[in-house]
Amino acid sequence: MPTPRVEARGVGLRAGLVAVAFLVVSLAIGLAVGPVHIGVGAILRSALSYVPFLHVNQPLGAVDHAVLWQLRAPRVALAALVGGMLAVAGASYQGVFRNPLCDPYLLGVAGGAGLGATLAIIYASAAATGSTWTVPLAAFAGAIAAVVVTYALGRSVGATYMTGALILAGVTMATFTAAVQTFVQQQHTQQLQNVYSWLLGGFSTATWHDVAICAPYVAVSSLALVLHRRVLDVLSLGDDEAASLGIDVGRARLTIVVAATLGTAAAVSVSGLIAFVGIIVPHTIRLLMSTSYRAVVPLSLIAGAGFLVLADVVARTVLSPAELPIGVVTAFLGAPFFAIVLRTSRGAR
Amino acid sequence: MIETRNLLVRFGPVAAVCGLSLRAEAGGWTALIGPNGAGKTSALRALAGLAPYEGDVLIDGRDARRLGRRAVARLVAFVPQKPETPPALTVAEYVLLGRTPHIRYLGGEGRHDREAAAQALLRLELERFAERPLGSLSGGELQRAVLARALAQEAPVLLLDEPTTALDLGRQQLVLELVDTLRRDGLTVVTTMHDLTLAGQYAERLILLDEGSVVAEGTAAEVLSAPNVAEYYGANVRVVEDQGGVFVLPVRR
Repeated sequence: MPTPRVEARGVGLRAGLVAVAFLVVSLAIGLAVGPVHIGVGAILRSALSYVPFLHVNQPLGAVDHAVLWQLRAPRVALAALVGGMLAVAGASYQGVFRNPLCDPYLLGVAGGAGLGATLAIIYASAAATGSTWTVPLAAFAGAIAAVVVTYALGRSVGATYMTGALILAGVTMATFTAAVQTFVQQQHTQQLQNVYSWLLGGFSTATWHDVAICAPYVAVSSLALVLHRRVLDVLSLGDDEAASLGIDVGRARLTIVVAATLGTAAAVSVSGLIAFVGIIVPHTIRLLMSTSYRAVVPLSLIAGAGFLVLADVVARTVLSPAELPIGVVTAFLGAPFFAIVLRTSRGAR
Repeated sequence: MIETRNLLVRFGPVAAVCGLSLRAEAGGWTALIGPNGAGKTSALRALAGLAPYEGDVLIDGRDARRLGRRAVARLVAFVPQKPETPPALTVAEYVLLGRTPHIRYLGGEGRHDREAAAQALLRLELERFAERPLGSLSGGELQRAVLARALAQEAPVLLLDEPTTALDLGRQQLVLELVDTLRRDGLTVVTTMHDLTLAGQYAERLILLDEGSVVAEGTAAEVLSAPNVAEYYGANVRVVEDQGGVFVLPVRR
């Protein structure tokens, strides 16, 4: 009798190539599209001119060069980092809580960051002490503080009901921080515009400085989550069965939640609140490719990066020179796209 | 071999299992029986290291507390009453997850793991189903996939919580026969069971629990008496015994 072929599907060559190709095309579009036209060939030669020993001449003039490398490239890089992080964190939260509706803002990251940023925008700029660091730092601190309180609250009910309790604690925290944030904002209506535009999220002010703040967190967090992809599959069997397979469920869950939260907090602190990415990207991959986290986690990282770069291109071109908030774009494009995926794949599994 | 001494499992102030001592040998089948809430599942969960307990659990003579979670998982496979079977996972992927105790925390399966999973699939005649998603299997096929996952764990002790719930009579026998074959190959089998006739047919040793305590223990003929069933299950039964075994038949009151 022939031995059956036993293989965990993982990412697979074809799916991996499609995802990487999608990201590369998205990055190229992100760099090429804008009020100043720069061709893909010129972008490529300009990039290669920085590689030592290749002796490629810089093809761009000073203005085009500055537009490409000081305005567009950091913006594209930041959108890719944030998109990849939100998608991979969303996928991980969905796995760890075994709930398909979880998004990376689940444990109060969004509310905490929003409150932190609001306080910084109102009080730090009022006191004229604000630097470029102040708002992202305050948002990051607010996000982490909110999640720590949520976790402590969720833990207090004991291990048996912790998963449900954590989600409830997250909702409680989000409601509470939103209330405080709204109160503070209403007390200082002269800053309403600034607060509101931060909350809606976007990359219009992106600099290499933002990329440098965000990149280390995204790198460490997403690496930790990608390494946990098989553990997430084991956790999908439920706490009891995962424990009977030798996994320390509490510790695994905490590690994954900490990694996803740190990365999300860093992403939110430089981009504001961008809805929907953490839900539609992982679910699109589940519907089109595989539900195994060995595929969902790495592919979400790559596809999320590409998706947000494209969304940002739409945000800055549709009403050019004005910009749409990127959250509007992700929802406006994402919802119908997801509806199509949901419909066409219905019954396929 | 798995053994408990004075096992005590608490749910808050209530003792779900109280002073259970059992000894299950390699190649033997022990069934925990008793009415709903008697403590069968709690006892089994403690044996698997899933519930905190007082007293001792010894696996091959070694204290389970000192072994650590992964080491216990290499020695004891546990199948809950309602296993989670993510519908889109293929049978092969699902069975491979049974190799987890043999794989480093962040590692992946090696050749030996894939071979062990393939053997488990062959053993339970699931080779045709390897690439099928779990969601497309019937109840009986699914239960075989769950057993294959436990088998891939290569643990000498197999704990099954109500392995035949929700299966029709034919599938119940099929699954229990499979478990019996595994037992004959040298596995130690401990199950909880609701169906007393089936328990008596397959297990050589029955332990009747009531309110957490052992109230009767021995062979089917010794434990499955009409007075015992009447007293602890509150059921009116006729017990028929012949060469085929002990049959517990419900009779309308």
